[in-house]
Formats: sequence, structure tokens, C-alpha cells
Amino acid sequence: MRQPLLLLLAFTGACASSGARAGQTPAPAAAATPAASAESTSVGRLQYPSTYVRHPNPPVVIRNATIMTATGQEIPTGSIAFKDGRIVAVGAKVEVPTGAVVVDGTGKFVTPGLIDDHSHIGVYAAPGTDAESDGNEATTPVTAEVWAEHSFWPQDPQIPLAIAGGITTIQALPGSANLIGGRSAILKLIPARTVQEMKFPGAHYGLKMACGENPKRVYGRRGGPSTRMGNMAGYRAAFIQAEGYRRKWDAWNKDHKGDPPDRNLRLESLAEVLRGNMYVQNHCYRADEMAQMLDLAHEFGFKIRSFHHAVESYKIADLLAKEGTAVSVWADWWGFKEEAMDGIQQNAALNQQAGGRSIIHSDDPSGIQRLNQEAAKAMYAGQRAGIAVTRDQALRWITVNPAWAIGLDSVVGTLEPGKMADVVVWSGDPFSVYSKAVQVYNDGWLVYDRADPAHQPRTDFELGQVPAPGSDR
Amino acid sequence: MIAFLLAQTIAITGGTVYPVAGPKLAKATVLIRDGRIAAVGTDVSVPSDATRIDAAGKWVTPGLIDGAGQLGLVEISAVPGTREGSIQGDTIAAAFSVAEGINPASTLIPVTRIEGITTALAMPAGNLVSGQAVLIDLDGATIEQMLVKSPVGVVADLSESGKDDAGGSRARIAERLRQVFRDALEYERRKADFRRAQMQHLSASDEDLEALLPMLHGQVALIAQANRRSDIETALRLAREFKLKLIVAGGAEGWQIAGAIAAAGVPVLVEPMDNIPGYDSLGIRYENAAILARAGVKVALLETDTHKTRNLRQQAGNAVSYGMTWDQALRAVTLAPAEIFGVADRYGSLAPGKVANVVVWSGDPFEFTTGVEHVFIRGKEIALKSRQTELLERYRKLPPTY
Repeated sequence: MRQPLLLLLAFTGACASSGARAGQTPAPAAAATPAASAESTSVGRLQYPSTYVRHPNPPVVIRNATIMTATGQEIPTGSIAFKDGRIVAVGAKVEVPTGAVVVDGTGKFVTPGLIDDHSHIGVYAAPGTDAESDGNEATTPVTAEVWAEHSFWPQDPQIPLAIAGGITTIQALPGSANLIGGRSAILKLIPARTVQEMKFPGAHYGLKMACGENPKRVYGRRGGPSTRMGNMAGYRAAFIQAEGYRRKWDAWNKDHKGDPPDRNLRLESLAEVLRGNMYVQNHCYRADEMAQMLDLAHEFGFKIRSFHHAVESYKIADLLAKEGTAVSVWADWWGFKEEAMDGIQQNAALNQQAGGRSIIHSDDPSGIQRLNQEAAKAMYAGQRAGIAVTRDQALRWITVNPAWAIGLDSVVGTLEPGKMADVVVWSGDPFSVYSKAVQVYNDGWLVYDRADPAHQPRTDFELGQVPAPGSDR
Repeated sequence: MIAFLLAQTIAITGGTVYPVAGPKLAKATVLIRDGRIAAVGTDVSVPSDATRIDAAGKWVTPGLIDGAGQLGLVEISAVPGTREGSIQGDTIAAAFSVAEGINPASTLIPVTRIEGITTALAMPAGNLVSGQAVLIDLDGATIEQMLVKSPVGVVADLSESGKDDAGGSRARIAERLRQVFRDALEYERRKADFRRAQMQHLSASDEDLEALLPMLHGQVALIAQANRRSDIETALRLAREFKLKLIVAGGAEGWQIAGAIAAAGVPVLVEPMDNIPGYDSLGIRYENAAILARAGVKVALLETDTHKTRNLRQQAGNAVSYGMTWDQALRAVTLAPAEIFGVADRYGSLAPGKVANVVVWSGDPFEFTTGVEHVFIRGKEIALKSRQTELLERYRKLPPTY
């Protein structure tokens, strides 16, 4: 048990699109890479490219399982086949590819790999000492120049725990101390030595922004902002600078005449947002503040991809649906600070009902292990209140909707032929408290098997000091 | 202590009743009279003046008891003005009872009780000795009406976070506690000398030493927060030396020494969904509750985040998922905490004479599909309303009407 005060402290808490997946067999083009950005970036060269390579693995067929596709279908006794990292067939019966490993899925459920679009795994790694506290560059309110991947520690022991919960992709975000906290990292959740090996090829970077109490609290006595109006002025000043920076670079990129403009990492990130290459991921609790942020986005001509936490989003669900901005919310968190006082359990369901795009996120190394349970709570809370939410919609809250938020919904998030073989086998209905992920495939690779210690990855950190699950030391 | 404002008879009929103290009963009746359970069984005759609650197809259990958190002691975690659960300037804060800090009007209380949690331990936090924990029912207009037992025990922090208040070493935590315990006993023997200032300096205030005496005489428990195996062993050692009634809270690495804990007869309060390794407990794991229970340790399950106390049933479900039997888990959120906190004569099971804290569920209380249909606290039916249900109703249709 942790002391409540410690829990409280825990809260105080584009791209140079790297293009094709390196060193790997070609796959259906539509699935291989998300739509590449049309406009120029500030810098033509590759920046910190992904070195992700699909792990070699045999074809797999899972038979006689309930297949939840996240495309509207739930196939009661169905099969799914995948090969070379791609789903090749989903249906009542599928052809078994040559050499396939056949898994009996009787009584089991199959879903797409779960996606958490708000995680601090790797940047706030366990064991949670100051040495691994790498999530907030809380030195100045606008740090668009920092990249979460440069903090990310692949040996964080929270990674295998999240994998065992069926998570296959995460957005690792900088924290919320700053108005503009930096670039997110979109990662395949796999055992790896370097973050580059985990970087989702072709993903759009996110830009973390934060409203409300956190920046005020952190900077109120350190030069500001100390008010919500100060927060707004801070975002505007930054984007005004970025507009000028973008103009200079776009002009130079047309003909490459003369010396290029000076590079500025901070403005480079913001210019990528203005070009639409980078997605704004906006920590924001209160409804009135979200409306302010939408106006800010209109002022500078960008889109806010998703409001994160958004505990009051149900109050403006109509507005958010109209704007096409998603909401990444918890099932039931509330009350830990004033801007979280109006959290209700029907938030995701009410946004769904209003035609919005709901996402259940974790923002928590414990919650990420049970994203399916969090979605279940939010779904049933909605249904009990008379709000129509289907199982498929609730599954989308933790699969294809977060995939959309990070620009990967054409690649992952559903079980459809051509999509990446990110697949989870559950011991039972994933919306039951008693069900657990029993197998997790990431790009076809069996990264976790609850029944087989050979497929239960452990980080370096754990060796020799964290007892292996199942051992009675 | 218990005020029965509404003397009435209620019959919950036709449900599947889980008395906890005995086997489940199909199509049974729970009869409540004047705030107490009058009868439980399949052949209970229902008086004609009874209010009938049809529970056909429903599950009926005792109200759940959460053995942790700060219900009534915190409104908004980040706003110090709304926090009453810890004090500063006294590392041995034994005399600090949280009882009079409880706010019966807290919005967390309705939010929590309408999900089937009817009783909770309100615990002090911080410091080496945090203070005294009390047990409250989640209904009542006054503190007096809410209190079930005060105090339940004295809380001490034998984990990593207790080190700072003991000079920086785990070794000093144990030494310091021993010194304070000995001084309390010395103070008790020589109160007259103390008043005449004819005693050498004591290591805590007389007020705090006095407050430790009921614990040192085994009348109330020492609730020791300890997670690392060696810290749990230190707690067991102190309990042996001073013959204390020990409750281990947290107990993350308890599974490694489950036999020793069972042999000592020490109960453990476990948060099942907690498994993130830190240097305080690298061996923390989901199976802890199940391994302890299998070894014969009395286990109560917790949700330690006060705003999420309603997720106690999710904690219990996950404990089942990781090896507890369903019956063990139900017991671990009802009768086991009642026994551990010394109120099993009144709480924790559905039996004649017990306080009528009863919940009617639409199904298995641990499942997400399940909703709460009725909550009774001390025999009074609780309206299933909270600030959150009011927000829902206001914004169910947009734009809202004011």
C-alpha cells in the first residue's frame, strides 16, 4: 500500500517521416505506412529514424474463438490467420497457411492489440526514483524541442507488465508540467535494446500540450504563467513565432536558394503542427478550457487531435464531435485536483452518444495493464445509465480510436486482412474482470504467452532482483 | 453509538443470499428490523408491515468494507485545505486520531456507497507513527453517527517512506519504535514522577505515549505499513517483543514469507492490483493475496486511492483472477476486515443481530456488468444519488437546461 500523499505526488507530475520499414519483406502498401505528409519539413534529412524490424515468426491461425474485430463484427466461432506480420484472413473459417502454428481458441476471445495513447512508461520508469524521472523538462514553459524518445528507457520493468495486459502500441508522452511539453514517441511495445527498435515506422509524432492547473502550479512562482490567461498567452506567443519560422523554411524549401534559415528545434516542432504533420495531444480537464483551446487551434489553423483526460468533455460532447477532436479519458478517475472534480463514469459513453470519438487511456503504469477492464467499466456505466454503447464501440475505445489519435488507424486497431498482426488472445470475454490476455502477438511475433515462460519477456532491470512471476523465492 | 433514525422492517426477498459466514442460499430472505438483521434464510416469515424489496434474480451480500483510504478526510487531493489525514511537526503522532477530521458531508461518501461500499477504515498518513485509524459507516449526519469503532489501531510506517522520519535508515525505524514503546510503558509506570519532572527525557510527548498504551496492552492494533519482506519481518519481530496485535498493511512481498505470517497469526491488508516494482518492494505481484490466503493468512483487500474506493470490487475480481477463490475474495472484503478491525460481532456477514449493512446487486458484485440495485446502511435504504449522478443528469442531453 502506498501512502495517499505519495499517490498525490505522482500526479505532479513529425516528422521527418522515416518512411519505409527497414530491412523487411514488403507488405501490402496500404498497411505498411500511413499517408505520408505532403508538405515539406524544416529539415530534409532523416532524424532519429526507426530501426524497427519485424521479428521472424511462423504464420499463425487461431481457431474456434470469438473474434472481436473492432469493425462492427463479433464472430462467435471464428478464426484468424496471420502471416509475415499481416492479417491474411478473418472469418468463420479461414485457410491455414503452410507451416502455420494452429492455436485452439475454444472458449477464448481474440481482439486487436490494445493501444494506449497516453502513457508515461519508459519516461517515468520503475523503480520510480529521481534517476528515472525523465518525463517533464520542467525548466521553461515551452519545450517543444524535447522528444520523449530521448528519455525513453527500454528496460523499464513496466513494459513487460503492459505487454501482458495486451498492449501492443503506446504513445509515450512528456508530462504535463509545461504549456508545450515536447514530442511524443509512438512505439511498438516489444522487448528491445534501444527505443529506435521500438519506434513505429511512419507514425506521426504527437505534440504534448497542457492546460490548466499543472503549468500554473509549476511556473506560478518561477516567472509564469501563473494564470489560465497566462497559459493562453504562452501558447499564442509560441505559435506566432512558429508561423514566421514556417514561412521562412517553406520559402527556402521551394528553391533552396541561398543559405537556409537557422534551425530552431523548438519552432521546428511547432511548425510541424502548423503543417499538419504532427498531432496535438492536449492534456485538458475543464470543458471551458477545451473550448478555449479549440479557438487557439482555429487562430493558427491546426487541429487538436485529442483532448487527454478531458474529464469534463461530456459537457461539450456536441462541440467536440463537430470539431472532430477525440477525447482520451479515464473510466472513473476524479477528485485528485479541482479541475478533476466533475469527472463522471459516463464520460466516454456520452461522447460516443454525441457522435464523438472516445478513447480510454491509462496515463498510469497500473491502469495500462487493464485497459480492457477500464473500457468495460466505462461501457457498462454508460449502459446502466441508459446510454446505448455497443461492445464493438467500447472495443474501439482501446483499439482503433487511439490508433486514429496517433495517425495509425489504417495500419493497426482492427482485425482486418492487410492490417498489422497485432493480436491478443484472451482467456474469456475481455470485458469480464476474470479474463486475462493469454497470448499477445505484435506484428505476428508472440511477445507474450501466459502459459509459456519462454514467451514472458523480462527486462534487464528485473534479472536477479525481481522474482520471476510464478517463482516462490 | 448507532443511531437508528428510521425504525422499520424491510424484507429483501427471493435473492441469492451470500451470508459469508455460511453457504449461499438460493431464493432466500434477509429480514431487517430497526437497523439490524433480524433473520436470514429460505423459510423466513415476512411480517405484514414489512417493506418488501423483490430481489429475485439478484445477489445479496453484506456491504463491502474497505480497509484503507481516507474517506471523510480528503475532498480534493491537491487542495491542502480539504485534507485532514496527516499532521506535521510530530513524527510520533500517536495521539492524532483522525475521527474529528471526518467530514460527513464529503461528496466522496455518496459516490462510494452507491457502489456497494458501506464501511471504510479512515487512516492517517505520514510520519513514523501516523496516528489512529477509525472505522466509519458511509452514512450519518454527524461524526458520532458514522463512527463504527474508534480507534481501530495505531498506524506506523515501516516502509521506505517511514525512513525520513526516522533519520534515514530502516534500522532506525525499528530502534525508534522500540524506544518509544518502552518509554510509553515507562511513562505509564511512573506518571507521578513524570508530572513532578523527576524523569529523564522521554522520546515522545506524554500525549503520544499515553495514546500508545491501549496498543501496547493489545486492546487496539498496530497497523504497520510494510512491503519489503525484511520490513514485514521487522514488524513481526516488534509484535513478538511487545506482544502486539499486529496488522500488516500493504504486505507486498508477504507472499515470500506467507508461512511465517500465517504462523504468527497476523492478518494482512493487500491491494491486489498493485504490482509496479519499486525499491520498497521489488517482489510485488498480483498473486500476493492468493498466496497469503492459501497459506492460511487472514487477508483483507483494499483500494487505497480514496477517490476510487468504489473500485474495491474490481480489486476483488482481480484477486480472483490471480488465484483467490471467489469465496475467499468476498470474505476478504466483508467478514475478514470486520474480524481484523475487531467488529465482527456487528459487521461483515448477514446474520441475525448484525448491523444491517446490505447490498442488493444485479449479479456477481465483482463483475463490471453488475450494478447496485439497493444499498442499506444500518437498515436505512440509501438513495442511489451522488454529485456525479447529478452531473450526469444535467448533461445527459446537450445543451443542458439550467
